[in-house]
Amino acid sequence: MIPAAELERVYERPESLTALHTNYCPGCTHGVAHRLVAEALDELELREQTILVAPVGCAVFAYEYFNLDGCEAAHGRAPAMATGIKRLLPDRTVLTYQGDGDLASIGIAEIIHAAARGEPITTIFVNNAIYGMTGGQMAPTSLPNQRTTSSPSGRDVALTGQPLRVSEMLATLPGAAYIVRRSLHDPANIRKAKKAILTAIQVQQRGLGFSMVELLSTCPTNWGMTPAEALTWVKDHMLSIYPLGDYKVSDAARELSA
Amino acid sequence: MVKELLKGNVAIAEAAVRAGCRAYFGYPITPQTELLEYLSSRMIALGRVFLQAESEVAAINMVYGAACTGARVMTSSSSPGFSLMQEGLSYIAASDLPCVVVDVMRGGPGLGNILPSQGDYFQVTRSAGHGDYHPIVLAPATVQEAIDMTVLAFDLADHYRHLVILALDGLIGQMMEPAELPEWQADPPTPDWAVTGAAHRAPNRITSMHLRADESEAYNQHIQRRLEHIRAAEQRSIEMYTDDAELLVIGFGSAGRIAASAVEMAREDGLNVGLFRPQTLYPFPSDRLAELAEQVGACLVVEMNAGQMLDDVRLAVSGRAPVEFFGRMGGAIPLPEEILDTIEMLCWSLHVVE
Amino acid sequence: MALKGTVVIDQERCKGCQLCTLACPQNVLLLDADLLNAKGYHPARLEESHNFCTGCAVCAVICPDACITVFRQPSPRRVERTEAIYG
Ligand SMILES: Cc1ncc(C[n+]2csc(CCOP(=O)(O)OP(=O)(O)O)c2C)c(N)n1
Ligand code: SF4
Ligand code: SF4
Ligand code: SF4
Repeated sequence: MIPAAELERVYERPESLTALHTNYCPGCTHGVAHRLVAEALDELELREQTILVAPVGCAVFAYEYFNLDGCEAAHGRAPAMATGIKRLLPDRTVLTYQGDGDLASIGIAEIIHAAARGEPITTIFVNNAIYGMTGGQMAPTSLPNQRTTSSPSGRDVALTGQPLRVSEMLATLPGAAYIVRRSLHDPANIRKAKKAILTAIQVQQRGLGFSMVELLSTCPTNWGMTPAEALTWVKDHMLSIYPLGDYKVSDAARELSA
Repeated sequence: MVKELLKGNVAIAEAAVRAGCRAYFGYPITPQTELLEYLSSRMIALGRVFLQAESEVAAINMVYGAACTGARVMTSSSSPGFSLMQEGLSYIAASDLPCVVVDVMRGGPGLGNILPSQGDYFQVTRSAGHGDYHPIVLAPATVQEAIDMTVLAFDLADHYRHLVILALDGLIGQMMEPAELPEWQADPPTPDWAVTGAAHRAPNRITSMHLRADESEAYNQHIQRRLEHIRAAEQRSIEMYTDDAELLVIGFGSAGRIAASAVEMAREDGLNVGLFRPQTLYPFPSDRLAELAEQVGACLVVEMNAGQMLDDVRLAVSGRAPVEFFGRMGGAIPLPEEILDTIEMLCWSLHVVE
Repeated sequence: MALKGTVVIDQERCKGCQLCTLACPQNVLLLDADLLNAKGYHPARLEESHNFCTGCAVCAVICPDACITVFRQPSPRRVERTEAIYG
């Protein structure tokens, strides 16, 4: 082994994360999403200008995990809370970090209207197709036939509808400047997710409108899998229902992402 | 300063502007809509924030976010909309955030009607969101008082880092009266707890979450201590003819105002009747009422509901005198004459008992 | 020739999820069966008996708990840190 001192440090824990150990289950990709957001803020030198709005869900303590000013929204209301902050502090970077129960179910009105207003905030939407924190109930994003604690014999789409595809929906709104879906299931996709987060935040900095990065994420605990199996499940089952891609990139945003 | 003829809702809006309200978020609902409409142009013209939210749920959560930045912020609504705000109100209260909420009460329950009512007394004083807390609740009875209380609301909110509700009914919201607008207040400095970006300091975090029972209980005790201070310092009420009153009529807001006319009429008839009008519904002016209860023969509570403040009166009077009730509901407004009838009957029975 | 590198793992932070051990292209990470951290997990550890770490940072890119610091031999072509890892 080569002594570290002779080498160049090429990766270290980002400054925008605190030293706190997270409460996330082992291998849960919420942690990856946190890391990427923190790395992006470090690289854009925005740590001191950023206000994070944490959700209700497993990421409820996100305001403790990020080394940023932060606050904690009511379930689903992060986009409204972020709107209040951004309107008063238009030169700060305001982020919401939300799960799929938070954003796609109880908070669907708030996210649609924030996007429709072209609110210059950035939403990190962590879609793990389940309610993680409350113990694995069905979410509007759960896959057809997916077994959850509230759909024990699998999601019956005849009774509960089809998975809600939020990125596709928000992309129809003129106020949305940058809406993309990425996945956290392998290093190559994580790299792409990171780039998208960087772009989304820059879209906000330039005041181009609402930006959101949807991240396909795992819940090994409630899916009843090992962390590695969960990554494979994302690839094998989620990608077909939630195709990755750029759903809305406004002309001005395109210049940034190029 | 000169008096102008002002409509209650508009007067509150302009008073808020002058008190330094930096942001308003709201949703249309009668009978408070003039407030929102007035601010839609006024705030923008001043370079401040006005936003019509997609719902009262969103409006109060926008207020929650805006309050986190340390600015003076406000929303307004009416009963059904206020019900929808309870979630956000509870988070705001549990985050020690100052903010002002105006509830121009209307007839309920349910969709009810748009007529004046005081049916939200429980809602504003008791159930403005889940958990153990009360907002400070101010109840004006005139347009001038609505103006003065708007300014007071912002000051109290900042002073205590607490939620303040201005509770009036459609009568005062819609009524026009000559009144004097307040002086312009200078912006208070940004408080050190505000979230503004963690530049050159440790991050500020605003949360209502305390996972451990001991931490959560300690936080609850902190709220209770604050409420104790508020109860000790902020009880406010107005009295008329209480020196020699045998019967004390008690009413707040519009009902208190109408009751005042009935009391005047009773005095003209030679009846020893006084009026007690609470200006703060929380803290309820129990201390003064308890003193008065020692000296009167009976109390008559008049409300535009089925008897909600009545509970607070009974607690304050605590058996020192019998407490009677006269109320109208669902948007019906009591007439001074019908209150007078009740006053006469009660005075008569007081003397029969003697 | 492959670059030489090494990793330093914050073993107290590690949750033993194995995502790094499975992702490492050089197969030089494993869970330390002899060690239990305060959280009760067998943390990841560098084991270069068969192969060597190249400092590619794939492990750091996948680690959900940001436990891994990666060092690499200075490359002849100097590149920005982000570019080096996220290409
Ligand atoms: C108003 C309200 N309803 C319900 C809850 C309970 N609750 C807490 S977290 C949660 C679901 C979170 O799921 P998701 O947003 O998918 O996030 P995850 O935990 O999976 O990251 C629910 C329903 C709550 N806290 N508040
Ligand atoms: S319950 Fe699921 S989403 Fe929540 S931390 Fe555990 S694995 Fe992650
Ligand atoms: S830097 Fe690359 S080679 Fe080294 S341990 Fe990590 S993944 Fe393996
Ligand atoms: S990925 Fe991180 S947390 Fe998981 S085993 Fe490796 S070092 Fe530990």
